[in-house]
Amino acid sequence: MIPGSVNEAAPDRALDERKPVLEIRDLSIVYRAGNADVKAVDHVDLSLAPGETVGLAGESGSGKSTLALGATRLLRPPAVITGGSVIYRGGRVAPEGVEILDQNSKQLRKLRWREISIVFQSAMNALNPVLRIRDQLGDVLDAHLDLGREEKRERLVMLLDLVGIPRERLRSYPHELSGGMRQRVMIAMALAVDPEVVIMDEPTTALDVVVQREILAQVVELQQRLHFAVLFITHDLSLLLEIADRIAIMYAGRLLEVGTSDQIHNRPAHPYTRGLLESFPSVHGARIELAGIPGSPPDLRSLPPGCPFVPRCRHAGDRCRDIDMRPLPVAGSGGSHLSACPFVTADTPGMEGRRGRATPAVAVSPQERQS
Amino acid sequence: MSAALTPAEVLPAAATRGPLVLEAHALAKDFRLSRGPRGEVLSAARSVSFGLYRSAVVALVGESGSGKSTVARMLAGQERPTAGKILLDGAEIRPWARGTFRAYKGDVQMVFQDPFASLNSVHTVRYALRRPVRLHQRTKNREAIAAELVRLLERVRLTPAEQFLPKYPHELSGGQRQRVAIARALAARPRVLLADEPVSMLDVSIRLEVLDLIDELRSQFELAVLYVTHDIASARYFADDTLVMYAGEIVERGPSEDLTQRPAHPYTQLLLAAAPDPDRLGAPIEIEVAGDTRRAGSALSTTVGCRFAPRCPFADTRCRAESPPLLQINSQRAAACWRLDVAAPALVSETGEERSAPMKT
Repeated sequence: MIPGSVNEAAPDRALDERKPVLEIRDLSIVYRAGNADVKAVDHVDLSLAPGETVGLAGESGSGKSTLALGATRLLRPPAVITGGSVIYRGGRVAPEGVEILDQNSKQLRKLRWREISIVFQSAMNALNPVLRIRDQLGDVLDAHLDLGREEKRERLVMLLDLVGIPRERLRSYPHELSGGMRQRVMIAMALAVDPEVVIMDEPTTALDVVVQREILAQVVELQQRLHFAVLFITHDLSLLLEIADRIAIMYAGRLLEVGTSDQIHNRPAHPYTRGLLESFPSVHGARIELAGIPGSPPDLRSLPPGCPFVPRCRHAGDRCRDIDMRPLPVAGSGGSHLSACPFVTADTPGMEGRRGRATPAVAVSPQERQS
Repeated sequence: MSAALTPAEVLPAAATRGPLVLEAHALAKDFRLSRGPRGEVLSAARSVSFGLYRSAVVALVGESGSGKSTVARMLAGQERPTAGKILLDGAEIRPWARGTFRAYKGDVQMVFQDPFASLNSVHTVRYALRRPVRLHQRTKNREAIAAELVRLLERVRLTPAEQFLPKYPHELSGGQRQRVAIARALAARPRVLLADEPVSMLDVSIRLEVLDLIDELRSQFELAVLYVTHDIASARYFADDTLVMYAGEIVERGPSEDLTQRPAHPYTQLLLAAAPDPDRLGAPIEIEVAGDTRRAGSALSTTVGCRFAPRCPFADTRCRAESPPLLQINSQRAAACWRLDVAAPALVSETGEERSAPMKT
């Protein structure tokens, strides 16, 4: 809870510890393009426990942002939800759960910001350039809380304190703030009325690494204090490995693998995940041989039958063309680790995790590299 | 030919690859922020010196606003330096001047960050490549040009080439577009390739392939490559030497592996600590940053002292009063910091004897 929050009747969160606060089931979203539908999200299951940080990693066009927009009903035509369900179980409004896909626009307005909020990538575009920070944050408070003038002012100040911005900045316009500060304002706005779920869609991608780390540290700290759950969407798997409890890997509209950060990092079970892990160089530790992933992300308009990763997969064979892409539990994980590849496991040769592949002694430095 | 570079400015790992080709000597660029005689002046680059060597990759690393792209643009002849010189094969050249620009472009080509913006969306790949081939290879022979286009696309591994030539940029993926941009740069048969964040707009899984491609072309055509990036981890893997820029100045330089594993300058240390690293799984997200990290270093020309001092945990009165030059740490490394004995004690003590010996150029 935000200190001094107006919402004193918060439920005991321990009670719904086990039930997910947000549960996406079998969600499918298409973009209507002429006479053909492009499947942007295809039968995706993903849940978010209270206070949990789930990372959603995928390349551009993988459907990760579409999934988030679909789950919050922010999609615009030609995107259409064609099936599935999104259950929100907020302690305040719906401990037993409400179906977000059934809500009308008036009901949705009550859920937005108050229960589920979103931080977008580009804070410059998300903030209104002609309104002062005070007025934009104030709008969120006015829409959901009935506060007196003094109370409102106190809360605005407190929100800026929360994200480490000097209170004088309430009078500033967005263009007067640095990129990092604007993103902090967005985070303050997302937390303004104490939501239970915060969706962050590439919140730090446009920022420098030092600022990025400061903001992430702040999000982690706020989350520990306020206990909201985070769905963190990014293309940067290395970032997720550091901050997420669980990670879902998305490719061509499908979830290919879901697991804890540790499972994804040390025992990746899907060839695509392994490829991603070997795609980014790291500054710390021994140099590892980087392999990357051959080919390019698929065109959603013409996906191959079966597994969409087949054209880029070194383990692929004919058997991959008619498999069920539903992620299934990895043996020995107790159901916490799911993979959509029924053939490859973490123990298949060539599937060692990043740690297992570190080769300190034989790594080739650029100076030794032969021209 | 490296007469213009002081010992602290020589890039040891890159220099062993081949001779000096292009040289930045004390390049500076000022931007006037407001009009009038008392208008503030931003020095986006200040006394930047380094060399690019044949067959070698030099990385220029910095955050947004550090001046790294300004330096690349000056070397590309797109921005006229306020002060300093550019030397090609040891002779001073003024690439921005009308008479030299085209010839200079035949030697020095640039690849930009955004392949969506750098290719004209109303023209095909064929059009984008044919113009530089005609201009720089001075031929009007249709068959010769057609053969050259195919060769160029094959070099950047866009095959079958005939299939890509009639395509428009929107029909290509980001990685393919960047390959076309690289092919266009190669059309001039340059000796120097300036790559300004060539992979930062691309998907993670294809970045490596594009970097590998540039590396392969470097070795095949003996290109001198400047790799401008915000990603110090990729500099470690890709570049022979790394230059770290902060607020318009080079604050540290040295062989990439050694620099990233044993950073000397407090800013390089901060940058490395902040880089996401999955191999530190479970470690706290918080990094130790003393000083006020929210106060960005000022690049205003009126700034006194070290530009990193407001954020630096080691800053003392001298740092705030006097701007440090690049100081030699050992025969390979140099950093612009007065407090290296505190900031990187191991590095300094280990090389203490070496440092006291007179340096030879």
